Amino acid sequence: MKQPKKLSTFFLLIVLLTLIMAVLSLMLGKVTVSFKSVIEAFDSSIVNNEVNIVRARMPRTIFALLAGCSLSVSGALMQSITRNPIADPSILGVNTGAALFVIMGMSFSQVGRISSLVLAFVGGLLTMVCVYLISSFGYGGMTPIKLALAGAAMSIALQSIVNALMLKDRLLMDRFRFWQVGSLSKASWQDIMTVLPVIIVSLIIAYLLSSSLDIMALGDEMATSLGINVSFIYVLSTIVGVLLCASITALAGPIGFVGLMIPHFVRLLCGNAMKKVLLFSSLLGSAVLLSSDIIGRLVGGSAEIEVGIIMALLGAPVFIMIVRKVKKYGFT
Amino acid sequence: MDLHRRNYYKKKKKYLIVVMFLIMIIAALMYIGLSYGKTIYSFSHIYNVLFHGETEGAFVITTLRLPRVIIGLLAGICFGLAGNIFQKLLRNPLASPDMLGISTGASVAAVFAILILQLSGLIVSLIAIIFGMLISLLIVLLSYHHGYSNNRLILIGIGMRAMLSAMISWMLIRASEYNVGNALRWLSGSLNTVNMNDAFSLLIVTIIACVLIAIMNNGLSVMGLGEELPVSLGVNTKTLRISLVIVGLMLVAFATSITGPIASVSFLSGPIAGRILRNGKNNMAATACIGAILVLASDLIAQYGLSSRYPVGVVTGMLGAPYLLYLIFMMNKKGVQ
Repeated sequence: MKQPKKLSTFFLLIVLLTLIMAVLSLMLGKVTVSFKSVIEAFDSSIVNNEVNIVRARMPRTIFALLAGCSLSVSGALMQSITRNPIADPSILGVNTGAALFVIMGMSFSQVGRISSLVLAFVGGLLTMVCVYLISSFGYGGMTPIKLALAGAAMSIALQSIVNALMLKDRLLMDRFRFWQVGSLSKASWQDIMTVLPVIIVSLIIAYLLSSSLDIMALGDEMATSLGINVSFIYVLSTIVGVLLCASITALAGPIGFVGLMIPHFVRLLCGNAMKKVLLFSSLLGSAVLLSSDIIGRLVGGSAEIEVGIIMALLGAPVFIMIVRKVKKYGFT
Repeated sequence: MDLHRRNYYKKKKKYLIVVMFLIMIIAALMYIGLSYGKTIYSFSHIYNVLFHGETEGAFVITTLRLPRVIIGLLAGICFGLAGNIFQKLLRNPLASPDMLGISTGASVAAVFAILILQLSGLIVSLIAIIFGMLISLLIVLLSYHHGYSNNRLILIGIGMRAMLSAMISWMLIRASEYNVGNALRWLSGSLNTVNMNDAFSLLIVTIIACVLIAIMNNGLSVMGLGEELPVSLGVNTKTLRISLVIVGLMLVAFATSITGPIASVSFLSGPIAGRILRNGKNNMAATACIGAILVLASDLIAQYGLSSRYPVGVVTGMLGAPYLLYLIFMMNKKGVQ
């Protein structure tokens, strides 16, 4: 555990990092804009090319902040609920479930933004429940490995159904293959405004749940004897976790590894206290997602490399490194 | 004969009867595959084409349908056996050969070859096999950090597969929409573009693998007893494990290189055989039969049973999800153990 002084330095560093990344995100891209224009953009009376570019990049930057925050908090919640340091919405197949429901909606009718959010949420929730149940089956109950295996199996099964729907309909295949890779470019101001209330409420609830989740880490029986309504907290945290992940997935497509890596790092640096983990995860998540997006835009040349791909390409090796170093699969 | 001996032979007889029955189903499916289609051929006609050089319908039967049916049989056997090996080795019904990334690795290479290198045919298969094996090797090497750990292997496999899937998605996005269909069809696992040469090479691989599995089967059963007991019973667990994994990977690599990854067959065959026989054994022969039945039946459904022609992997893939739900249902009935 770090001393309070070191922790607040770390906090300031992260906030600074996030802000710098946000500004860079507004400045960099196909056209590099000066810092002055970034400031000017907030003054609605000034209109010129550079300022317009900054304004065009705003929704993307804000969405990156939001997405990084939601996904890492979602991951932290799921890791806490399942007492499993490698729980992540993409590993649990939640993303594929959300994708399946969205594509079913797409293939049967035109889906608007709100309906795709609802579809993603329902799909994600159902998948998560199924994966939980499957991994509790058999000797030993729900172990981290069985959860991972069940999630992988579920993901594969659902992915086949998605492929089947795509093969049937040329147009759908074309639309959907772009959706399947997480990208921040698809969200408009309207989209962001639609999910913003959901995300804010979820984040608040998550923060309020943090002390109960800390106690639940001691074990279900211990928590019950300390007065915690274990089932209620489980259900609420799961709903909030899936909501956060599904809102982002519905708009951006599946972005993996954020929920997995960020809370892991944060726990290594700040310890396991849920309040700190949630706070630092949300900030670090935003910073990392912003950087990945910037890298994707710069490296991609004329086309961007979508953030979902960058996260997988960078996140997977990091994940593998973590797995190699960790000897015991518990909260160390 | 004493009671134990009698029961032993009774069980063996039951096993043989079940396998015979499954083989009959396979024969029936193969016959349907040969005779049914836009033109329906009778049994005598097929017999004449195959053995007496009858020319009418020869193209359809020998070039279109026969390789399809043979490779469907062999691929089903290969995928089913490979899946069963991994499930019995890891003692987990949720395991699949792709944990070592062989299918995903082969898929990345194949999609790359199809979309970027604009290749097709045999060379795509070769590239797929080689790259698939390389990825598996990489995963195994990465998971060896101060000793071997099952868990670490599984997790690293998941991470690697995520990375490879991202690459596949990226390539699918970058491709022009004309080629995407091809790549997607390969990814679904298909019996569409197979020929007799493929069938021959796959037959050789399958026979070799079956012989090896038959030899190692007893050792594998003993290994189900835990980590130390097999060693004290004289089973060389380390060698056996490595050999079985290699056989499993070769089965998947070769079958995948010809048909693409046919989803779910490796995952489902072992458990289905187990449920039919309920004897807690490895059931290799039965699993091979179930695998073949799954592929052959799914191909028939995929060709004629749905609104348009689909690759076989689409149908098999769709069987995976209900099975998972069935697992949950069964678990609720029995109660969580």
